Amino acid sequence: MGQPKVETSPKVSDEVKKTTCYMCACRCGINVHLTSGKVTYIEGNRDHPVNKGVLCAKGASGIMQVTAPSRLRAPLRRVGPRGSGAFEEITWDEALETAVSWLKPLREEAPEKLAFFTGRDQSQSFTGWWAQQFGTPNYAAHGGFCSVNMAAAGIYTIGGAFWEFGQPDWAHTKLFVLFGVAEDHDSNPIKIGIGRLKARGAKVIGVNPVRTGYNAVADEWVGITPGTDGLLILSLIHCLLQAGKIDLDYLARWTNAPLLVNGTEGPDKGLILKNAESQPFVIDKRTGMPAPWDGAGVQPDLGAVWQGHRTVFQHMAERYLSEEYAPEAVAGRCGVPAGRIRALAAELARVAFDEAFELPVEWTDFRGDRHEGMTGRPVSFHAMRGISAHSNGFQTARALHLLQILLGTVEVPGGYRLKPPYPKPVEAHPTPHFVAAPGKPLSGPHLGYVRGPENLALKEDGTPWRIDKGFTWENPFSAHGLMHMVIPNAHAGDPYKVDTLFLYMANMSWNSSMNSARVMEMLTDRGEDGEYVIPRIIYSDAYASEMVAYADLILPDTTYLERHDCISLLDRPISEPDAAGDAIRWPVVEPDRDVRGFQSVLLDLGVRLGLPGMVTEDGSAKFRDYADYIVNHIRRPGVGPLIGFRGADGTAEGRGEANPDQLARYIENGGFYQAHVPEGAAYMKPWNMAYQDWAVATSFYESPQPYLFSIWSEPMRKFQLAAEGHGFLQPPDHLRARLKVAMDPLPVWYPPFGEEAAEGYPVHAITQRPMAMYHSWGSQNAWLRQIHGKNYLYVPTAIWEGQGFAEGDYARVTSPNGQIVVPVAHMAALNPDTVWTWNAIGKRRGAWALDEGAAEANQGFLLNHLISEVLPGGGRVSNSDPVTGQAAWFDLRVRVERVGPREVAEPVFPVLPRVVPKGRGRA
Amino acid sequence: MTCLPPKTDRKLGLVIDLDTCVGCHACVTACKGWNDQGYGAPLSDQDPYGADPSGTFLNRVHSYAVQPDDNAAQIVNFPRSCLHCEDAPCVTVCPTGASYKRAEDGIVLVNEDACIGCGLCAWACPYGAREMDQAAGVMKKCTLCVDRIYNEELPEEDRQPACVRTCPTGARHFGDLGDPDSAVSRLVAEREGFALMPELGTKPVNRYLPPRKKDRPEEASLLAPLLDIRATGLAGWLDRVLGRF
Amino acid sequence: MHPAPSVIVFTVLSGMGFGFLALMGLFGASGWTGFALWALGYGLAVAGLVASTFHLGNPQRALLAFTQWRTSWLSREGWASVVTLGLLAPQALSDWLGFGWGRGFGIAGAVGCVATVFCTSMIYAQLRSVPRWHHWTTPAVFLAFAVAGGLVLAGNAVFGLPALCVLGVLMAVQWQGGAGRFAAAGSSMETATGLGRIGRVSVFEQPHTGGNYLMREMIFSVGRKHAARVRMIAMVAAVMLPALALAFVPGPAAGVLAAGAHLLGALAHRWLFFAEAEHVVGLYYGRRAG
Repeated sequence: MGQPKVETSPKVSDEVKKTTCYMCACRCGINVHLTSGKVTYIEGNRDHPVNKGVLCAKGASGIMQVTAPSRLRAPLRRVGPRGSGAFEEITWDEALETAVSWLKPLREEAPEKLAFFTGRDQSQSFTGWWAQQFGTPNYAAHGGFCSVNMAAAGIYTIGGAFWEFGQPDWAHTKLFVLFGVAEDHDSNPIKIGIGRLKARGAKVIGVNPVRTGYNAVADEWVGITPGTDGLLILSLIHCLLQAGKIDLDYLARWTNAPLLVNGTEGPDKGLILKNAESQPFVIDKRTGMPAPWDGAGVQPDLGAVWQGHRTVFQHMAERYLSEEYAPEAVAGRCGVPAGRIRALAAELARVAFDEAFELPVEWTDFRGDRHEGMTGRPVSFHAMRGISAHSNGFQTARALHLLQILLGTVEVPGGYRLKPPYPKPVEAHPTPHFVAAPGKPLSGPHLGYVRGPENLALKEDGTPWRIDKGFTWENPFSAHGLMHMVIPNAHAGDPYKVDTLFLYMANMSWNSSMNSARVMEMLTDRGEDGEYVIPRIIYSDAYASEMVAYADLILPDTTYLERHDCISLLDRPISEPDAAGDAIRWPVVEPDRDVRGFQSVLLDLGVRLGLPGMVTEDGSAKFRDYADYIVNHIRRPGVGPLIGFRGADGTAEGRGEANPDQLARYIENGGFYQAHVPEGAAYMKPWNMAYQDWAVATSFYESPQPYLFSIWSEPMRKFQLAAEGHGFLQPPDHLRARLKVAMDPLPVWYPPFGEEAAEGYPVHAITQRPMAMYHSWGSQNAWLRQIHGKNYLYVPTAIWEGQGFAEGDYARVTSPNGQIVVPVAHMAALNPDTVWTWNAIGKRRGAWALDEGAAEANQGFLLNHLISEVLPGGGRVSNSDPVTGQAAWFDLRVRVERVGPREVAEPVFPVLPRVVPKGRGRA
Repeated sequence: MTCLPPKTDRKLGLVIDLDTCVGCHACVTACKGWNDQGYGAPLSDQDPYGADPSGTFLNRVHSYAVQPDDNAAQIVNFPRSCLHCEDAPCVTVCPTGASYKRAEDGIVLVNEDACIGCGLCAWACPYGAREMDQAAGVMKKCTLCVDRIYNEELPEEDRQPACVRTCPTGARHFGDLGDPDSAVSRLVAEREGFALMPELGTKPVNRYLPPRKKDRPEEASLLAPLLDIRATGLAGWLDRVLGRF
Repeated sequence: MHPAPSVIVFTVLSGMGFGFLALMGLFGASGWTGFALWALGYGLAVAGLVASTFHLGNPQRALLAFTQWRTSWLSREGWASVVTLGLLAPQALSDWLGFGWGRGFGIAGAVGCVATVFCTSMIYAQLRSVPRWHHWTTPAVFLAFAVAGGLVLAGNAVFGLPALCVLGVLMAVQWQGGAGRFAAAGSSMETATGLGRIGRVSVFEQPHTGGNYLMREMIFSVGRKHAARVRMIAMVAAVMLPALALAFVPGPAAGVLAAGAHLLGALAHRWLFFAEAEHVVGLYYGRRAG
């Protein structure tokens, strides 16, 4: 008997459709294979700029998402009490009319009574525009509970940040330093990058309390204590300054280090000194005289003192040379030995300066100076939520940017590169808009970058315009809003009551809220009149998540393979340092149920409400659906949601009239478009005139915007001045002290809030997302839940042994806010004062079409119950960063005690009534 | 058939870089996805939304803690699948001839039409490479994507196993380990690739590249301070720093 | 290894059946008594073989299992059993119906019985992946069970008592040495992962929280105390009680009592044989020896 003959060339599928993944926030290109009209295989798109053909565990499991039994099937209206699960199916017409009957009166009388928050929305330029036309100031997406510290600190410092804003120069970098958890942002590109470094033996250093994932492959692991990254970074800066290992030329030319800081006591103290034309200036080394900051040939003097005013550089040096930042002074607090800190600083300096190289690229800077080449400093950094989800996260992120700047590694070869439309300084961003008027749209976009107290969203009586208290003294730079405070504030009527809460794709009654159990009560609480405290809740989601049961009206969304979407340069594009990029999703299969893409539904609502921009003069729909909007919406003359294939013949890039064939051209092109940065413009972008001119042509700004990196942040100093009593707009007294500290114009470290109340809770508790699971988007996935169906609290050796834990044990974990009882496991590669778990594996019984006995609902757990949404001490101050309002998830402190073997984690909640039947076999 | 070929023309296999694998499980579900619609019976799942879900996977990623004597504990992610052994015990135990090792490329396959589902091959494999599909009642295992690597319907660059194509870090390499000049063989030679459980005499074809040495900051000289700042003050430091400028 | 009822019943019944058939082949019995005894032997052997098919995923293809006798002990076992049952058939007919064909077929069949049981045992003993089984004691105990089982069933005290003694000694030897065999084979988490070059290896996180075939089939743990209790039961029921019954109970009741006890003991032994055996794949899941 011979070998059987194997068919080695089977036909793979009938057809391949190329669209964009949505199994997490990464937006990779995917090839969806279809056989007989059904999705049979999903793989990465090789031509796609984000993933270059690879695909993660989630992406390859998308096929189980399109067939998930948890998919909602039709619009639902609540008929029983909230949370009872009593719903009736209704038609779309009924659903939309119901929504209109709630929303129309609000728009006519008090648009702010609608709070519209859109969670993990990837269409924010559209949903924000809708809210703007409605006229409510209460709009944001999920950035406030995600990573706004990282985004905002980056914009305020270098005009860009990590992830969507930039990435290491993977081709040239020789040392990559990763701070905190980053596995989920951004997923595949960082894996690809680390793979490239590993392939050529470049070095990776991980600074993280937990050694998993990227930190597991790091050549060196620094097991830092949570919340102290800023202190470690400032100590590294101390070492570098002490040794003179900083890039002086870079600092003098490209940063505000040579600008002068007003040293005169009074209302202008600490502001950047301006000349008669209100322009900052430098002292030219050639003449010793003031000269324009952007003057041709000017050689700014870092050491200048002019009329008693010193440069930013000197203020900075004075601050960080101080002994309080010496490694020996911070070692204990950071959990990192002083010698290790010094070695790390030495390694950074060695690679940045001893391995510097020159790229022979000629270029001209904004001063008109020509350069023969570009100096490469092959050190790069990345950080995301790990360092930013603390109440000192904004300043920590600023400190990290300062470190990059001092080493001269931002926008240079081998360093950190920004992705178009970034770099984009604060000045090129809008300020917040928030003034609501009956029947009127808002005058501009909700979210923006505050320059000073005058931009705060405060009414004349000093109360907040926004329900989330965004852009107030409590969190002046809340550029992404504070979605995590919407429900608590609406429930408390602080600053006011709302009528309708309209949420999209955000699991606020479960893993996306702090204090989830309390939030469930807030959603079902009734006032003395018997009415719900939050009177109406509209929710749109594709799946039977935990939030669905708390809605009054459910607008079922499609899955990502059944919809149009637009990954736009107007909000969160898919650019690379060498190319601006945007992308679409399009229906590769048609829904088999009565569901509609949320954006199309919003447009329909907009028409029914008669919102400007959505109706023609005769009141009919201006856009047929979202696909039509993507093509035909014009945001600014010649600028629409997509930059590719514009103009009547489809050849215009960036600017051009709408092209009716645009989506077809995108589909032909693999679902995306790239506008390539011209040669010579790839690096030094903020100062490189070739880049600036291209950016204007490609529609990112209307005129060139060269700028200096902000070591000294003037907007922050303005708030500090106010806190010191200067100016007309004054903060409330209870916030003065913290504003003085938090709004320091130079990066600073202070202990995370709540340290005093954490007496008796000696252990830090944090979470991270497993790479194969993206919480509520993926955890009902039939394949992925076999990999991560339950989570453990990982406990370091000292606590494990101290408590006498054994396999199978549970622990009682107590915080000032409450307690949970959860399964534990030992982990040696962990900071000795830290416990952690995978985020949001825990599900509520009855949700997601899972069996009530599912491990997710019995052994799986959330840390959210331990985290209070407000800081101790009354006054309802949110548990957030004082600068941006980012949820301070990782400030959590706990006590861990053994309770012995158990079967089920606590708290146990009642079974959620089912809105879809329990899943059986695979579809 | 269950006689092993005396020698195979090529030794196709995988080289897995443990220094690079971040443990993302991408290879796990890419494999599941491809083989669910590829060679032989689909990879079924039992009770997929129930209390005790389980299913057939041909590739699993473990995560180990490794405690060196003199340094911090490490975590090593460890993908595990069929090693396509030269002396494959899973083949010789098969009573029906369903299990076989291909003479041309050394791939160990199961002819599902001949598999009675006795499970003995899975018992014989030390590596847990075989999982019996509960729905089809036949033994499933890594085919090295035999229906991809020669597939003329696929573009040339895609003719590699699904796990290799999808691996975001490039930690998985595919090639002929019988050819000492192949890229994979050179990688094994350079990085001292090793076989699993060599003591069992199975002679695996697949190799693992060990993690590089970690947590040994080079004895780099620490940064020397420019001068005694306490003595000179900031002014002295500035002069010194900027004087060099 | 998972102690699946089908394989326990298979090895116990077929072992006892072939042991008894071997005696019948050698010594025979005539008339209807002969018929009944031959039927008993055939019944046990065939029942065992049928039980073995219960764990097959696709039993309809079972005939294919005869093709690979050159390498596969399972295939050889199939051949041996069928040939043996075939060889013994004329002997049984002759015994029953008094054809007087001599004992040629019977003797050949008896050899076949031994071969069959040996093949069965080698299915397990060949597996290097299960060190506890990969040892001469596996075929020795299987053969001893067959012989002792056959004699006990035959109610033969003269040969039965020594056979039971041998079986008891072999069981003890098997258990005694079994515990150390995994370690002696040299496989460890360090060799399984190759990470021993860095340090001591333990599981940080399992590859899946859901179950899988490997864990159900090959990773089974039995507590030390529990194992000791089962050993006691096996030794008492399979060896001591039958010996006492054969020695002291008069008449045919002896055989029945002895056989009943022995069968229970054999089942206990076989349960433990599987339950205690550790597959090296367990190392990947952090199950160290012992």
